[in-house]
Amino acid sequence: MLRGRRRMEGALDAQSLISISLRKIHSSRTQRGGIKLHKNLLVSYVLRNARQLYLSERYAELYRRPPPPHAPYPPPAAPLAGPPELGPLPPGAEEQPPGPMPRGCGLPEPPVLLPPPHDPAPLELPGAPPQPPSPCRDSAPGFYRSGGCAYPALPGHCSGRTTVLDLDTHVVTTVENGYLAPDCCSQCPCCCPPAPGTKRKYYPGPGEEDDEDEDEPAAGGGAAAGVGVAPCPKRARFEELSPEPPPDASNISNLISIFGSGFTGLVSRQQADSEHGQLCSKQALASLGAWTRAIVAF
Amino acid sequence: MEGESIYEIDSEDGVGADIISTVEFNHTGELLATGDKGGRVVIFQREPESKNEPYSQGEYNVYSTFQSHEPEFDYLKSLEIEEKINKIKWLPQQNAAHSLLSTNDKTIKLWKITERDKRPEGYNLKDEEGKLKDLSTVTSLQVPVLKPMDLMVEVTPRRIFANGHTYHVNSISVNSDCETYMSADDLRINLWHLAITDRSFNIVDIKPANMEDLTEVITASEFHPHHCNLFVYSSSKGSLRLCDMRASALCDKHSKLYEEPEDPSNRSFFSEIISSVSDVKFSHSGRYMLTRDYLTVKVWDLNMETKPVETYQVHDYLRSKLCSLYENDCIFDKFECAWNGSDSVIMTGAYNNFFRMFDRNTKRDVTLEASRESSKPRAILKPRRVCVGGKRRKDDISVDSLDFTKKILHTAWHPTENIIAIAATNNLYIFQDKVNSEMH
Repeated sequence: MLRGRRRMEGALDAQSLISISLRKIHSSRTQRGGIKLHKNLLVSYVLRNARQLYLSERYAELYRRPPPPHAPYPPPAAPLAGPPELGPLPPGAEEQPPGPMPRGCGLPEPPVLLPPPHDPAPLELPGAPPQPPSPCRDSAPGFYRSGGCAYPALPGHCSGRTTVLDLDTHVVTTVENGYLAPDCCSQCPCCCPPAPGTKRKYYPGPGEEDDEDEDEPAAGGGAAAGVGVAPCPKRARFEELSPEPPPDASNISNLISIFGSGFTGLVSRQQADSEHGQLCSKQALASLGAWTRAIVAF
Repeated sequence: MEGESIYEIDSEDGVGADIISTVEFNHTGELLATGDKGGRVVIFQREPESKNEPYSQGEYNVYSTFQSHEPEFDYLKSLEIEEKINKIKWLPQQNAAHSLLSTNDKTIKLWKITERDKRPEGYNLKDEEGKLKDLSTVTSLQVPVLKPMDLMVEVTPRRIFANGHTYHVNSISVNSDCETYMSADDLRINLWHLAITDRSFNIVDIKPANMEDLTEVITASEFHPHHCNLFVYSSSKGSLRLCDMRASALCDKHSKLYEEPEDPSNRSFFSEIISSVSDVKFSHSGRYMLTRDYLTVKVWDLNMETKPVETYQVHDYLRSKLCSLYENDCIFDKFECAWNGSDSVIMTGAYNNFFRMFDRNTKRDVTLEASRESSKPRAILKPRRVCVGGKRRKDDISVDSLDFTKKILHTAWHPTENIIAIAATNNLYIFQDKVNSEMH
């Protein structure tokens, strides 16, 4: 099926772009003159775009599998993270535990087939990057993020569920997205008000208690912010490797967190976190395992 | 255009230290300064016109060389600070001395260049070599006189503007008031007084409270050539912001935002990268701005914010190659752009040592190559062509045989005449249009 194959090509492009981008970010740490903020910001955009495409490909594949039982999301406890334009939900929505549906590992923005990309972005989350691109070879259709951020069942902690509204069929599905929650948090501040610290929890490995001091109190507030969610294992690990608390370098670790633990969930096979679901990575992704260690250590 | 002179900046250091990183004519065009990756500045001076041959303009010869910046180490952050000269800007000349500002990633320095062509002779107490005379031999008193000597050019650092920037300085611009200048890094722009080094004013700050919210950085900035209150800065998202310093002390809010909506049909993984503006230059008239992004140069009218008035494709054949250009990092190359003296022609560099010129009036463009073969003195530059498949003429270069290691990032145009300076890696080419030396 040509369409499927072209989709595959799109996904492979995305994978190689992801690994190339990770390599660039990793090598920029040892470059003379310090980390170049501009270049790393641009690389992070490519990473986002590639990841979006990759995830959309994966989700499309999931979508082709037998449909899971409908599990519409509960009425929002927190302010709506999704865009209001989505409209009212099917009545009789009730929360159901995710059944035997495939467990997605990196689906914060389950894509939905939508009209062409030039539509305005009412479906985008605040702070989300703009329209998803077509890949290098322009093979995959444009996918959008839907406003599928989890509504937290527990206050201050994303429940790990993402709800997808298919605009074509108006089918609402809920996807287990354990790895997603931190990414959710990073994208939807309303979900997790003390957000930035929370996501750190999802990084495996020992966490150190020290918070680094950013160069400005305002910026530091974001990360260390009287949250009490003190441990920042990722940042602490970075400090282990390079003995300085540079604002520049912390920007880069922040950039990594932007594409989130859902991303590391994609690439890591070592992270057998039993709590959360994990989609079996493809063979091709296994090669990115080495880079996971680099990024997690970043 | 005729080939005129080629200068190779050689260095005893390792490979790469002699790569030219900036080129700038002074306000009269008499002097041309280059900075390189090794922190050195080389100044060329134009020889005065020969009266015998009225149509033969002077050549540029080396006038002075000095070490502007040295590598430094920031112990607090364990970071090495590169000595590469990012930008040089000349101050308007106010007396016999010339002054310029040079900057690396962190520190801006003001250098004063003076000439000494006379020296005092006939001291009473010292002899010619400076040794003290035997006093018994001194029988009369003489007044020292100034005698001519070989020209000596002295360069001294007059000011060092340090510790103003956390991020990497990408541009400096001297204000038309000749008293202040600004320096811009990725997230902030500071205003300095040329005489005060221990204080600077922050006039733009786009650093978000939470760095995770960072979406764009400042890529270039420049003062308006005539209005001392106006300046523009470009962003990595492809937008320009014109700011008025009269509006408020902190110019975070722009007075005008110049932005062209993205063409959705061109969307790709790399859309953000290729839309990042690498250089912005006001026209001499002050009416227009010129921007360079990866594939195009655009002319903006200050009065129109919605889109540029002119767009020129520099090397659109690279659009299908962005993947490989991303892999080899070429997509991050920051090309500069330049106006000619009358704002009728714009110029920018490309790959394979090609550079492009666009005539805004005739809408004609030309691709020229800076190479040793084509640049013998009096040799005429031959227009080049890149073919993208289809009919291939003799001497055409195919896209796949372009040399991406030979890139022309830095170019400069004489303020009044048709003389251009092209930096190609570690070579400086100077071309003159001797037939049409006056501006038209």
